Amino acid sequence: MTRLELRDVRKNFGTLEVLSGISMTVDDGEFVSILGPSGAGKSTLLQLLTGAIAGEGEMRFDGAPLDDHGRHFAFMPQRDALMPWRRVIDNAALGLEVQGVRRRAARERVAPLFAEFGLAGFERAWPAELSGGMRQRAALLRTVVQRRDMLLLDEPFGALDALTRTAMQRWLEKMWASHRWTALLITHDVREAVLLSDRIYLLSARPARVVAEVAVPLPRPRTESAALAREAAAIEASILDTLLGAGRTEFPIV
Amino acid sequence: MLPAPSRVLAQAWENRAALADNTLPTIRATLAGFACSVVAAFVLSALVDFLPRLRRALFPILIASQTLPLVAIAPLVVLWFGFGLLPKILLVALVTFFPMMVALVEGYVSTSKEIAQMLAAMGAGRWRIFWLARLPSALPYFFAGLRISITYAVVGAIFAEYAGAAKGLGIYMLSAKNNFRPDLVLAAVAVSSALTLALFGLAVLVQRLAMPWERAGRDAKPEPTEEERP
Repeated sequence: MTRLELRDVRKNFGTLEVLSGISMTVDDGEFVSILGPSGAGKSTLLQLLTGAIAGEGEMRFDGAPLDDHGRHFAFMPQRDALMPWRRVIDNAALGLEVQGVRRRAARERVAPLFAEFGLAGFERAWPAELSGGMRQRAALLRTVVQRRDMLLLDEPFGALDALTRTAMQRWLEKMWASHRWTALLITHDVREAVLLSDRIYLLSARPARVVAEVAVPLPRPRTESAALAREAAAIEASILDTLLGAGRTEFPIV
Repeated sequence: MLPAPSRVLAQAWENRAALADNTLPTIRATLAGFACSVVAAFVLSALVDFLPRLRRALFPILIASQTLPLVAIAPLVVLWFGFGLLPKILLVALVTFFPMMVALVEGYVSTSKEIAQMLAAMGAGRWRIFWLARLPSALPYFFAGLRISITYAVVGAIFAEYAGAAKGLGIYMLSAKNNFRPDLVLAAVAVSSALTLALFGLAVLVQRLAMPWERAGRDAKPEPTEEERP
């Protein structure tokens, strides 16, 4: 069942064309990634979805035009955006509080999830006392407890060091496998996209358009065997060929 | 002409009753004026945060108010409002309001864009975002402004009393000077310095209590490595 559907979505900033007709779908329980170079307009697309800015084209959710953006999406920004003045549990409960849940009730709903997110014992800690990976897990916890129809993840691990990022990607894959959230991930990390996604949309450089749609039919979890890793590597290579391959000049390699 | 510190101390002790009697009104004027100033700065800064156009209209006036020489304005304010508490409150507020206002407005602007964007995506309106993000983001700036302007506040109160008061450190200094008692002038100066230091310390203490996460961040050791399995 198709949940999110974009048809020919465009966005200009003045004379600068950022999105040049993006069409895509996300099905129920599907993990979809948008993969593209930095500055391609990936974050602009997310801002359109969250309603921060307005664009042209058709955006539908469950068949209905997307007007009340806040109701459908739980948004996880690039950096963790944890509030330093709130304890971890209150950061995690923030979305519920904004929805009108009382602080105590919101805490009670969030607290049982701390163990699953590897944050048990850190409920009363300040964000500054957490490591980068823990902060990202707290941010993801804050995102999923909102129980929205769909997760929007904006390069969630971009600010982490390479090892932590890999650990977090594997962890997220396991979490996703047991929860099957409908999710849209924005990333410029090919390996991350292949590890996590059911399908990947490849974007061109600005003005962004979809250059290819790649299905990733690998079984999960994808980090188990060497054979799987080889298959994943083959998909990664073909994606890189599509993005950087012969005859394509829109990706200058610096 | 310059009395020895020992004489200043001895005379301060001898005149302790009179000094205390004159310090209390100064404390009262300082705190009342400063409290009014902080409340006004908070209300106006919040207003300005919601109405950026108001900010452009208001700031030139506020900056102009900072150019008024206290020496000239203090006697006038006393002339207009008498020897009571009101002119002192006004003068203390005049010198402390602007730094507080600037600190708060800058503080709101310092709010992380990602936090604001995330709150908007959660469905928070302008007012919720102000309350949940912009106001807490301004706290470090607020306390920086508080520490700066609390030191102006005592000076402002003493200036106001100097221009005319029934009691207070300012008028005490004036009459000691007129009686050719530089030792007592210096004793009063010492009291006002101690008062400023105490208020500064109080501001630091309040900041610690109001922002416990700040210390947590400073004391926290970076966690070792990330475990693969949480």
